[in-house]
Amino acid sequence: MEAQDIPALPRGVRLHFDRVRDTWVLLAPERAVTLDGVGHAILNAVDGTRRFEEIVDHLAESFGAPQEQISSDSSGFLDALRDRRFLDVVS
Amino acid sequence: MKIPPPIAMLAELTHRCPLSCPYCSNPLELTRLDQELDTQTWARVFREAAGLGVLQLHLSGGEPASRRDLEELVTAARDAGLYTNLITSGIGLTEKRLQTLDAAGLDHVQLSLQGTNPEMADEIGGYKGGFKRKMQVATWIGQIGFPLTLNAVLHRRNLHQLPRAIEMAVEMGARRIEVATVQFHGWALKNRDAFMPTRAQAQEATQIVAEARKSLKGTLVIDYVPADYHDDYPKRCMGGWGTSGLNVAPDGQVLPCHAAQTIPHLEFDRVQDKPLQEIWYKGSAFNAYRGTDWMPEPCQSCDRKTVDFGGCRCQAMAIIGDPNATDPVCIKSPHHGALQQQANTHAVQVDAPLNYRAQPQRGVVQAD
Repeated sequence: MEAQDIPALPRGVRLHFDRVRDTWVLLAPERAVTLDGVGHAILNAVDGTRRFEEIVDHLAESFGAPQEQISSDSSGFLDALRDRRFLDVVS
Repeated sequence: MKIPPPIAMLAELTHRCPLSCPYCSNPLELTRLDQELDTQTWARVFREAAGLGVLQLHLSGGEPASRRDLEELVTAARDAGLYTNLITSGIGLTEKRLQTLDAAGLDHVQLSLQGTNPEMADEIGGYKGGFKRKMQVATWIGQIGFPLTLNAVLHRRNLHQLPRAIEMAVEMGARRIEVATVQFHGWALKNRDAFMPTRAQAQEATQIVAEARKSLKGTLVIDYVPADYHDDYPKRCMGGWGTSGLNVAPDGQVLPCHAAQTIPHLEFDRVQDKPLQEIWYKGSAFNAYRGTDWMPEPCQSCDRKTVDFGGCRCQAMAIIGDPNATDPVCIKSPHHGALQQQANTHAVQVDAPLNYRAQPQRGVVQAD
């Protein structure tokens, strides 16, 4: 994920709160990915307009964590979703 | 063992289908139209499923588009909060119906592919003009923007078309292709002579998939179901019996997998009689092969026993007549050698005819 990339959830991929398991999940075609707090926070910041660098700024501020660490964690997470076609990138 | 809630439900809305693919996974005894669950019952089952923890709903059949209330059923599924997937051959869908399904909130379409050209596809599907119609439907799906998975069912007759099937998925804008080598259940059991891939074909398919996964990374996701009889270890059927998914048959019987009715000692509850929650947690069919306590040797002492859970119960039933036995695909099964030999024999029956799937008998209510 590059600083200028704009990640977006494509049609058919959405966040869902699973009441039975008491957790957030990402629903995608024929798949459901259980999200931890960090994963949920990252995807909550993905709105299809913010650039990746802005998302990192936002998360670093809300978690009070170093930019570098947030950047590498979120980048890995989003890239993995992208490889599975659960995430699009507009650059 | 703590029983987890199910993630996925396959709703077999009907056994009716315009196609008659010889590898159909429907049971040999097909449900008639007048025995199918009505709209309101399905809607209740969807709500019960969501309450039970189901996230993914697969609307299947037969051909689900053969149900005139498909649009209503999609609305009911989305209202229940389910991610709604339509598994279809495309036949019976029109542009207008697809637009209505879009408005109803349908999340995803899985389109089957019987072959990559009309000659192959129409022969396998037993439906002239089917391929052309399917391509038209694929165009509409793309125009509307539904996320699409192409499901290519492959066997000895069409495995050479695998590279083209992958190209077609990319051309259609599919995000995913399921490369599914025929699994021998249901009607496919009658067609092992016609469909059993050769060992060389099975190996080539694995290689093609591995290469395509690399070259199409980020463009197309490939899910692969390899040829079964040629493997050394069995598949983890249904992700483990009664752990992640359930099927509801057109007449309301709730099954741990779609072939479960081939196991004679199992009894199935019906959604008309009991809540889904009770069926999932307490039903005798679901508890029959849950966990590992039921396992015989060599499974019981095997380090793979929680990897594949002894493989497929229906396959053990079909091949050696014992649903409690180790899946004969497993190299540790005393029947493994015989099965491999049997597979090789099936694979050389070059002139084997296709035994097409029948259609459900018509009951007192006339089918449309």
